[in-house]
This record gives sequence, C-alpha cells and structure tokens, in this order.
Amino acid sequence: MSATLLQTPLHALHLELGAKMTPFAGYDLPVSYPSGVLAEHRHCRASAALFDVSHMGQVRLVGDEAAAALESLVPVDVLGLEPGKQRYAFFTNPSGGLLDDLMITRRAGDLLLVVNGACKQADIQHLQTHIGHRCTVQPLPDRALLALQGPKAAAALARLNGDVSKLVFMTAAAVTLAGVECDISRSGYTGEDGFEISVPAEHAVALAKALLALPEVKPAGLGARDTLRLEAGLCLYGHDIDATTTPVEAGLTWAIQKVRRAGGARHGRYPGAAAIDGQLATGPSRKRVGLVGLERVPVREGAVIVDAKGHRLGHVTSGTLAPTVNHPIAMAYLAANHALPNHEVYAEVRGKRQPMRVSPMPFTPHRYHRG
Amino acid sequence: MTTMYTPDHEWINIEDHEASTVGITHHAQDALGDVVFVDLPEVGRSFKKGEVAGVVESVKAAADLYMPVTGEVVEVNEALRADPSLANSDPLGNGWFFKVHISEVGMAEFDQLMDGPAYDKLLKSA
Repeated sequence: MSATLLQTPLHALHLELGAKMTPFAGYDLPVSYPSGVLAEHRHCRASAALFDVSHMGQVRLVGDEAAAALESLVPVDVLGLEPGKQRYAFFTNPSGGLLDDLMITRRAGDLLLVVNGACKQADIQHLQTHIGHRCTVQPLPDRALLALQGPKAAAALARLNGDVSKLVFMTAAAVTLAGVECDISRSGYTGEDGFEISVPAEHAVALAKALLALPEVKPAGLGARDTLRLEAGLCLYGHDIDATTTPVEAGLTWAIQKVRRAGGARHGRYPGAAAIDGQLATGPSRKRVGLVGLERVPVREGAVIVDAKGHRLGHVTSGTLAPTVNHPIAMAYLAANHALPNHEVYAEVRGKRQPMRVSPMPFTPHRYHRG
Repeated sequence: MTTMYTPDHEWINIEDHEASTVGITHHAQDALGDVVFVDLPEVGRSFKKGEVAGVVESVKAAADLYMPVTGEVVEVNEALRADPSLANSDPLGNGWFFKVHISEVGMAEFDQLMDGPAYDKLLKSA
C-alpha cells in the first residue's frame, strides 16, 4: 500500500524522528511523533511546532492578466491585493459550492497560490482550463512547504534571519534561511502566530533540521494540526466545506470583499455568483456553527444533531475533545433558525443524546501578529 | 497462564475468577494515541463474547471495547474514567477497564484466547 503513496522531501526525516505515518491526500505523512498528539498540540500553543505540509499544492500564476483572470474563478478581490500581501480565497462551482480553499500571495512578478493536497491536481486542471489562455499556470512540485507555528515561532525563526520579524499577519517576503532562498508568509492553520515557508525540495531537509535544532521548536504531525485548526475554528476542506456547501452557509463571507459583491465595481463574474449573491441577500437556510459539548463525550464527524424533541437539525462535520479548552468541540451545519448563540442542541452518539451548545468560533482566541 | 489476549488487542487476567480484569494492550494504546475518554459498561450488565461493552477514544478516533469472554461486569475502573491517560501510561496495570464474573461458557472461551507468546507472534506478523 505504501508503494502507491507519494512521499514528501522530509519523509526519511519523519521516520528518523520516529513518526507514526498515515496516508493523507495521497501522501505518506506523519500523524504524530513519539511525544503524541496532545503534547504536540500543547507545544504549538506554548512554544513553536514544525509541520511538514509539502503535500499541499504550490502554483504560480504569471502574466499581466493573472490577477484579473483569477478573479473569474474566486469571489475575492485579487486585483486589489498589494505586493507582499496574502489573502484567503476559494474556488467556487456554478451552484456556489466550494471546489477548494486556498491562499493567494501577490509577489513582485506573480501570484503564488497554496491549495489543498487532495485537490491540487483538480485545481491545476481547473486553472489551466479556465484561465490558462490568459496567464501561465505553473505548478511548483519541486518546492516543499513547512509551517512553523506557535507564540515562539517568530523568535525562533528570527534566529535564522532577523528580517522575519518585520512581517505581520498575512504578509509575505523572500528571505534567506540557513543559506537557502525561501518564500515565507506570516500565516498558518493553527490560530497561532507563525509562518509558512516555501523552500526548494532539495534544501527542505537541511532547513527542517536547522529549525528543529532551535530550542523552541519540536515537530508536530497531522493529528495536532487537525485539533489545532479545529480549536481555531478553521475549516478543513472535504469535511467542513466541500462542493455542496457555499461560502455563505460556511460563514466565510468575510473573505468576499465588497468590490466583488452586488453593487461592487467588480461584482459577480465568478462561478456561482448568482447563488452566492442570492444567499447573501436573503440568508442561507443552514449555517456552519461551533458546538461545545456539555459532557465529556467526544462528538465526531457524522454525528446527527437533533433538538429536544429529536427532530434532525443537521450534522457534525468535524469534532474532537479539544486539548486546550478541555471540552468536546465540533463544527456542524444547522438549520438557520437553530444556528443561534447559546442555543442548546443534542448530538446523537452511540444511541445517546449528548447536550451541546452553539458557541462562537474560534474556540481558542487567535493570536496572530497584526503588528 | 492467567492472562490471555484477544485479536482485538485486549487482555484478560483471571487470577480472581469472580472478578477477572480486562484492559487493552500496549499495542492498542500505542495505535490509538492519547486516550482522552472512556465509556465503561454498567456494573451488573452481562455481555456475550464479542459484544461491544464500551468505547475508548483518543484525540484522533473512537474504538469499540469488546467483551473478551461471556460474563457479567462486576466493577469498572473509576480512576480510568477520571483520568483516561492511565490507559496509555499503564495499560496492563492501573489502566484496566472493567472486571468480569466469567460465565461457564466464558471459561471455555477464555481457554481459546491467545497466550502471551501467541499474541506476540500475532503482533510480529502484522
């Protein structure tokens, strides 16, 4: 089975570090290291954790028309994105569903996209089919991606290059780290301050080792990445959002700038614009919410949510016992009339109803460095 | 042999016939990762061999706990309920799950389980 799985440039290092490996997005990736998911999660919240996210897709869009072309596929202001800035976005389908979510960075001569590993082939195809005639779509399979996350990530990375301290949340720059030219952004997927570091594959191991040698830094796997992002209220594509959920239902309308909405100068002209504008105007019939369990029982993906009379209200899309808040937490889609703060609902777990309360997200405060 | 093992990576010790202790193996706790929740059976309830008697959950996943032999639950580990990480730190000792009064059928089932060397062989072949 492992013969059919792809490996990231850090694969041998993961094994050397004693990682437990798991198939994810077609890659053999570390789910945890010997210290375990809980310790890795806590280390990221307290210090700095290093994640290998090289399975994610990195794609350059090059050409004068690249930003305008990309706007035809995402409901996001790309033309207005200044050089050195980064923005969250998503590809939509004609019914307003989400094909993938991604990060866009405007660099001096191009746009750098980071997309989900499981979606990257489809995304590249989508880009080539729809905007390949307007700009060059260049996948970057020869680059690895590392994420250094946690309240001490900046202090740690500054030991390799003091310039990183100048970046604020959602900005990016080219910097030299351990003798290698890297593209870094101050962003991530844990709710903590931190960086994502794009590095040429042949230098990835040396850079990872240099980072792991820093006193603040320990490795963390996909298990901790999942519990961290869930506590931070961040969606996991394929679970909390997919082709059947719209950005309005998912509560991601903050990512649709005014200029792309009805009445804006560049409104519409992306797949599903009519459906999304319609939902923005009238409100969606269901909404993604956070839920906090009132008992200890973890509530996991797929659990049905009901009201006190047992009527079905929706279902859970992600859930775990949150290490930092020490309660069960979950994301779920609920009928809009039940998606109300502090509303009490019940999750069906092994035939029993577990009380939960609709809760604002994030479950743990974001601690981004906004300068 | 007083301790036997199941293919589901549980162990049962029958030193005390009236209250034989059941837990999960080192291999099971390692595969699960950090245990954060256990759902233990009700004391007084009887289960047949192979029936789901409880649940053990790590941050990553939930796994069923199977009754290794037919019998009645006579005690559950309240310390484990309060501190599920005992299943990781001491799975063969303080991290036990429940105790069973084994039925007559259950005694015959017990003899069919794997002894230590047979269980080790299973782990090596996996």
